[in-house]
Amino acid sequence: MFDKKTLEKIAKAKAEWDKKAAACTERDALFETVSGEPVAPLYGPADVDGLDYDADLGLPGEYPFTRGVQTNMYRGRLWTMRQFSGFGSAEDTNARYKYLLSHGQTGLSVAFDMPTIMGRDSDHPYAQGEVGKCGVAISSLADMEVLFDGIPLDQVSTSMTINAPAALLLAYYVAVGEKQGVDSKVLRGTIQNDILKEYIAQKSWIYPPEPSMRIITDIMAYCAEHVPKWNTISISGYHIREAGSTAAQELAFTLADGFAYVEAGIAAGMDVDTFAPRLSHFFNAHLDFFEEIAKYRAARRIWAKRMKNKYGAKDPRSWLMRFHTQTAGCSLTAQQPENNIVRTALEGLAGVLGGTQSLHTNSMDETMALPSEKAVLIALRTQQIIAYESGVANTIDPLAGSYYVEALTNRLEEEAEAYFEKVEALGGVLKAIEKGFFQKEIADAAYDYQRKIERRERVQVGVNEFKIDDEKVEIDLLKVDPAVEAHQKKRLAKVRAERSEAEWKKALAGLQQAAADGTNLMPHLLACARAYATLGETLDVLREEFGEYKEPPMF
Amino acid sequence: MAEKRIRVLVAKPGLDGHDRGAKVVARALRDAGMEVIYTGLHQTPEAIVEAALQEDVDVVGLSILSGAHMTMFPRVQELLREKGAEHVLLTGGGILPEDDIAALQKAGIGRLFTPGAPTEEIVRYIRETVVSEN
Repeated sequence: MFDKKTLEKIAKAKAEWDKKAAACTERDALFETVSGEPVAPLYGPADVDGLDYDADLGLPGEYPFTRGVQTNMYRGRLWTMRQFSGFGSAEDTNARYKYLLSHGQTGLSVAFDMPTIMGRDSDHPYAQGEVGKCGVAISSLADMEVLFDGIPLDQVSTSMTINAPAALLLAYYVAVGEKQGVDSKVLRGTIQNDILKEYIAQKSWIYPPEPSMRIITDIMAYCAEHVPKWNTISISGYHIREAGSTAAQELAFTLADGFAYVEAGIAAGMDVDTFAPRLSHFFNAHLDFFEEIAKYRAARRIWAKRMKNKYGAKDPRSWLMRFHTQTAGCSLTAQQPENNIVRTALEGLAGVLGGTQSLHTNSMDETMALPSEKAVLIALRTQQIIAYESGVANTIDPLAGSYYVEALTNRLEEEAEAYFEKVEALGGVLKAIEKGFFQKEIADAAYDYQRKIERRERVQVGVNEFKIDDEKVEIDLLKVDPAVEAHQKKRLAKVRAERSEAEWKKALAGLQQAAADGTNLMPHLLACARAYATLGETLDVLREEFGEYKEPPMF
Repeated sequence: MAEKRIRVLVAKPGLDGHDRGAKVVARALRDAGMEVIYTGLHQTPEAIVEAALQEDVDVVGLSILSGAHMTMFPRVQELLREKGAEHVLLTGGGILPEDDIAALQKAGIGRLFTPGAPTEEIVRYIRETVVSEN
């Protein structure tokens, strides 16, 4: 940035300033990021020494994409405002989607309940008490038809937060499209389908890692041909961060997972450029404003470099990292919940300044329940205020060139590289999972964070400082109708009674055959969907064939 | 005089996989000198009560973030009573609305903690309650 002589002059002055600063009294506070990284009082040219504009930053839409993945970013189109939602029955959630779309939301994002996430029908004994509680209950294509009733699938993009059963939910979506007369080639959306982070952090698995990876490569191959606009995996750091990781761990573990999928695709015989452009990412937006922005910038740079140099991708679309962002649920507090609106606004702003493609802003009441209609509207309005009132969407990557942000971006990249080496030394991602490496790193970081709050080294407003004694929560919470479980059981019974037994049997037998002989599972899952085999019945066939995963408990 | 160490079972009932809170609390209780057994994920109420009896614990702490608390807490309570283990303190935490907390406590379940609760408060509560009961 500066010539050598100027740099020397600045360094000399800085040395003088350092002495003066050292003589000043500092506040009694911890000067470190949320992740526990020390922060200097001042950053200057020396901290970004060696930064090469072309190689390290480039222009928006150009390699290595540090400044953003599109040429004109939000000048062309704002990020997609995509509020994750789902609760109760398919009818309840369908009504919420229509409400959100009518208030200016631009994409759908489906939250499923725990039984659906774990591949159990609503009438399974394990589902008792869980149906419709933290998302919508989907036990067959019949539920999915209701969920998207009156929502033309060729006009929305839909993200589905589903992992172990992702292939089947995608099959349901394609089948709903068929019923609406929408060709699978025009369907747009995302399945999370990131099983590695389930073993690492979110812990919603069904099958062991190896067959799970096979399901994923089947999806990648099928979508490349039949659902070409679909994002086949949303490689997710969100849950890793929520489980307690630092920013560097979130960055490193997520990208390590991403590269593991790339390697699996290549090992399955696919050309990297046939599937890599449909991989997307999903990051957390935590409270440390600059560290988060640097994290997104570093992520794009690392991804681009490795995809090009290590995996030999030639299509620029394989190099660019597109990502969704959600503000940090774990940063919210049950105390003085209205303060969560402010936390979320700051986090959402970091996501936007970091160049996100879509954003979910959390609602203030989410430490207590699923969001109420009012709370979710405030959360959506928060994004609209960032987009239309704050002015930050006028120019691209405005924090580039900030000594602090560039130094942080470099540091996070270095930390991620150091983690990649550790994971490699352990024998790769699957081996590292088996050894509990990620799990322990995250648990340690979570405990460290909690202890800093309890020792009051870190201030949490309303929790360990600025408290209100005997506060009463004065916001109305959403109540999931307890009748949903009975309602679901009734529809399931109807589905089972009305379907063609012969077609149902044939579809399940076909799936079992494919699971055993290694042919692509997707066409068979689609056949099961069309035959109204239930979610549990279909996935049980694969349970039988693949076995189930168990995690050794540790803390 | 050496006090008897309090034994705690930290348990994750149901299908919920969110284990950050359970693990942090388990470590904090251990660091406070308690014997802690962690069940791991995806446990049925039956398996949890079985483990509580086998390990002869003073406290069962359930962590639930999936919304199934109104089913899981009463079920574990009922099973503890059936097995003659109503002396075991049943407490816990998670994503719990205030009204539900009030209803569960009215039914005789111990204190329930929500996000932001200091672990030292949980430690204090367990110490005071278990000691006063013994």
